[in-house]
Amino acid sequence: MYITQLSVFVENRVGNLDEILEVLSQNGINIRALSMADTSEFGILRMIVDDTDKAKEKLREIGVVVKSSEVIAQHIDDTPGGLQKVISKLKQGGVSVEYLYAFLNRENDTAQVVLRVDDTKKAEQLLK
Amino acid sequence: MSKYYQPEIETASPEQIRALQDERLVRQVKHVWDNVPYYRKKMEEKGITPDDIKSVDDLKKLPFVTKADLRDCYPYGLLAKPLSECVRIQSTSGTTGKRVVAFYTQHDIDLWEDCCARAIMAAGGTNEDICQVSYGYGLFTGGPGLNGGSHKVGCLTLPMSSGNTERQIQFMTDLGSTILCCTPSYAAYLAESIEEMGLRDRIKLKAGIFGAEAWSENMRRDIEDKLGIKAYDIYGLTEITGPGVSFECEEQTGMHINEDHFIAEIIDPETGEVLPEGEKGELVFTSITKEAFPLLRYRTRDICILSRKKCSCGRTLVKMCKPMGRSDDMLIIRGVNVFPSQIEEVLLSIKSGEITPNYQIIVDRVNNTDTFEVNVEMSESFFTDDIKSIANIEKQITDRLRSVLGIGAKVRLVNPKTITRSEGKAVRVIDKRKI
Repeated sequence: MYITQLSVFVENRVGNLDEILEVLSQNGINIRALSMADTSEFGILRMIVDDTDKAKEKLREIGVVVKSSEVIAQHIDDTPGGLQKVISKLKQGGVSVEYLYAFLNRENDTAQVVLRVDDTKKAEQLLK
Repeated sequence: MSKYYQPEIETASPEQIRALQDERLVRQVKHVWDNVPYYRKKMEEKGITPDDIKSVDDLKKLPFVTKADLRDCYPYGLLAKPLSECVRIQSTSGTTGKRVVAFYTQHDIDLWEDCCARAIMAAGGTNEDICQVSYGYGLFTGGPGLNGGSHKVGCLTLPMSSGNTERQIQFMTDLGSTILCCTPSYAAYLAESIEEMGLRDRIKLKAGIFGAEAWSENMRRDIEDKLGIKAYDIYGLTEITGPGVSFECEEQTGMHINEDHFIAEIIDPETGEVLPEGEKGELVFTSITKEAFPLLRYRTRDICILSRKKCSCGRTLVKMCKPMGRSDDMLIIRGVNVFPSQIEEVLLSIKSGEITPNYQIIVDRVNNTDTFEVNVEMSESFFTDDIKSIANIEKQITDRLRSVLGIGAKVRLVNPKTITRSEGKAVRVIDKRKI
């Protein structure tokens, strides 16, 4: 399953992350999952939110650089070995994972992983 | 040894110098007219010929040469001697893209080294001295100029070049260097390192010749105290010859201009009118002895005052104060000339113009060393979800800046539209240095 992810440029400056989160909070946007990648000079905040379009619009309004892209969201069993099952399938198909982050779905006790891979189409087939 | 390298010039009467300048100027204008079509055309446009230039009084009739002319003429357009007679080039950064390339015949090298020799002797140098030259060697004129001057005085010359501080200090203590030549900020850095290493008692320095960047009287006292030396200023520019265009004597109240080689004028930077002596304005040089690259009325963009007040050192050469600013936007960072336009050009050259050339230069001085930061605005066109590709662009900018400017800058990516704008115009340079 595809899901829309927001990638946000985060300047290496005290307070920049706070400004971004403040905009989301003021506009009632809920973050369902997130991960932060960083170098010593800057960071990229990757998020799944409940209202992608609104989040994008509001962030742009305050001058934040934001891009959306489709990533794979895969349900996994919230049990030992759940994630490994998925990764193994990808490995067998020769698909390489660039990054992933996971979140729990409280309603039905499942976990989900967000995956960025080098070959999205192939990954989708493998995970069907 | 005498305290003058060429006393017959350095202590000549103003009339003698003036007569020498008249004769040399007339000859030089003819030389340029005959050999540099570009300048000849400029003269023709003003309706003058070499016959109109009979003495220094006529200098004001000649057209100016600017950095823009150097760029238009790059690389050979202002050359006045066949390449077969040239033996050297030196180079410095230009306003946009093209560097300034200056040519020298052996005669030109000799006179340049004479000028530097005068500076070294004015700082008390003799053939008994060990002169450590820690200016950069290479295209930069600092190292080669002082190196040549040191040879002429007969000092034992240590051609250290810049950097590698530990080795600098090791040679200084082991060999007993008595004169240090480098940028003032590097001198301050060396002084601090020597202090930290507890080696103050083991150095034998007595004098330092420091130039190529702005420094304050406070910084001078600080370096003098820390190293136990007398610190002398030296001025020059590649376009005219390099260091040694003017130099300080023991009075430390300005730099004597080598007037037998360079005629100095002060002009109003707006109108180009020559200003009376003692007034503040832009410094203009005419080189009257150089053969290969003889610039007439070159606008330095340095703001300055000239003084003919009698100097206690006995030299009669006119004195210039430390440059008090610039009439263009050039910055001098760690001794290197930097034009904001160069940074814009680098940004535009990256990834076929995907980067908006929205940048800001932040210069500061921390512990007597210049810090140099370039903030570049991020934009949606070059932002991607891939951290490696952004880091890679950042590295490309850093590498290209280093190769174009010759010094390292710390590149920071910042949010769009965060660079200060003043009345709609981006503030490109924030210079926090208090000099």
